[in-house]
Amino acid sequence: MTQMKESPMTESTSAPRSTGAGVSLENLVRTFGKVRALDGLTLSIEPGEFMALLGPSGCGKTTALRVLAGFETLDSGRVIVDGDDLSDMTARKRDMGMVFQSYSLFPNMSALDNVAFGLRMRKQSGRVRRAKAAELLDMVGLGDQRAKYPHQMSGGQQQRIALARALAIEPRVLLLDEPLSALDAMVRAELRDQIRSLQQRLAITTVFVTHDQEEVLSMADRVCVMSKGHIEQVATPAELYSRPATAFVAQFVGISSRYPVDAASQRVGLFGQDCPVRSGEGSALSGPADALLRPEDVSIDVDPAGQGFVTRKSFLGAMTRLTVQIGEIPVRVDLRSDRASEIDLGTRVRMSVVARDVLIAPRQPIIEEPVS
Amino acid sequence: MAPLASGDPFEVVQMEDETVPEFSNGKPKRRYHFRWWRFIVLLLAGAYILIPLYAGLKFSFQGVTGGFSTLAYTSIPSAPGFTAALALSFKLAIVTMVVSTILMVPTSIYVHLRMPRFRRVMDVVSVLPIVIPPIVLIVGVIGDYPLWARSSPYLLSFMYVILSMPFVYRSLDAGLSAIDLKTLTEASRSLGGNWIKTMWQVILPNIRPALLSATVLTLALVFGEYTMASLDLWTTIPVWIAQFQVSSDGHVQVAASMVGLIGTWILLILVVSLDRSQSRRNRRRTA
Repeated sequence: MTQMKESPMTESTSAPRSTGAGVSLENLVRTFGKVRALDGLTLSIEPGEFMALLGPSGCGKTTALRVLAGFETLDSGRVIVDGDDLSDMTARKRDMGMVFQSYSLFPNMSALDNVAFGLRMRKQSGRVRRAKAAELLDMVGLGDQRAKYPHQMSGGQQQRIALARALAIEPRVLLLDEPLSALDAMVRAELRDQIRSLQQRLAITTVFVTHDQEEVLSMADRVCVMSKGHIEQVATPAELYSRPATAFVAQFVGISSRYPVDAASQRVGLFGQDCPVRSGEGSALSGPADALLRPEDVSIDVDPAGQGFVTRKSFLGAMTRLTVQIGEIPVRVDLRSDRASEIDLGTRVRMSVVARDVLIAPRQPIIEEPVS
Repeated sequence: MAPLASGDPFEVVQMEDETVPEFSNGKPKRRYHFRWWRFIVLLLAGAYILIPLYAGLKFSFQGVTGGFSTLAYTSIPSAPGFTAALALSFKLAIVTMVVSTILMVPTSIYVHLRMPRFRRVMDVVSVLPIVIPPIVLIVGVIGDYPLWARSSPYLLSFMYVILSMPFVYRSLDAGLSAIDLKTLTEASRSLGGNWIKTMWQVILPNIRPALLSATVLTLALVFGEYTMASLDLWTTIPVWIAQFQVSSDGHVQVAASMVGLIGTWILLILVVSLDRSQSRRNRRRTA
């Protein structure tokens, strides 16, 4: 795949707007029959920010994006962009560029005509349209593909054309609805980096919907984790991973193992250690609770008198993920691969907590964890 | 096949008497068995369709003395009333196609986009004109419509719109189902396209084969419909053929029927070819 060019804009046409618009979603409510897809969603996005909406299927993230785009009407709430209330405005007047999950290029138009479509709708002259569309195609590294039709291009190329088409109209906000999900892993990783670098260069406010944690953690300035139509946490990727506010976030973002503990006075006893409880929704819990342990929060040592034994090993490259069975509870632990290679399946090990504090949540029944 | 060796259950054993499939270019060869009953069915169906056609063609090329002659075909244009009937049929076909398209295209798009559950109802409604005989429709129209409306031949076009609904709706339904209508429409809307521009520049070009198919079928229907036109006392091509048959030896009428039939076939073949090329494009796109 060719690389995007760095500065193709010329003086003949105006470059895409370099300052993004501020977006404010205020108490959005949208129901479909008995399902409350958005349940009082309130979110503020800074100008030029790359905000990711992350959550499982049915959490309302796509509905929120479609409300912002103007494709869904609201039961109540307001959509404010740069101080303008767009709640009752039709999609075509909102000035938002959107890249869809499925390939959305117009099959009857060439790449150049696709990119120029929005400009034609804005009644720009043919010369300006062609020049600007060509520049944007250069920007996404597909200047030599301008005459090709969608069926002659790969999925990755089509999504890059769709990105150029969305940017051509100089949108106030760029909306990305899982644009990488239909692509294979290698193209996805490459396009992910390209979208991010383009967004940073143009400083365009971007809202990105996905259920892929890796995409979110590598691309977004901030992440809004959603569940059942409401927000669980809005934070930077690093904060989200290291300081999840809720048990849902801890389990949805990254890998967490639940281990039953007894909490008292914001401390828990875990593997024979007395650990402080991390501030969060469960910090005030007292009595039976679950500790949510990241694979890197714990370590193991071979010990014939240890609490558990190794039942599974997954090689991840530099690291190897081991599953240690402690009674009925599986706990996942990351070890350096050279060290993990010395530990065989069935080896009895002693667990220890290496994190400075532990996130706890209300206790839940033990559920067999999926293979990671 | 040799029995499994005792001991290691996963021991590799030599297969004996195993039929090795023949391969060509990595693919197993398909064996075609001649099924005589298939040939008989094909022969019977072909005879059922082709014998009347052959008889008609033979009759139309028969001269007065019984020998070969193209007189029937060359005299079609100068036959009394033919030009007027042809012109009327063409006018009715054009009006029918235009009204049908204006009515059915936005309706089908709306149903696909906004009321997808209503498609089942549309499926049933669209076949009603096939279930209800045309004579019922035209008798109702003649009985209830005012004279000024009945004095225009174009009233027939509105009847033909109803008659053509099953073909038009189903063609459009298939065409719209073949594209990602929702995403294309939303992409156009987000880029600033209003409904008319979205329909004209995005949707219609991508359902062109379906539109073409619908219009050709409508054309064929108008050029073949007899009951309504004759009861409403308008001389369209089918009515002319029937009327002229009485006052002549029939060679010209059969020749005109053959021309109409073959012309319709050629149009249908063209539509099928366009459809196939569109399908190939779609396959490549989704590959």
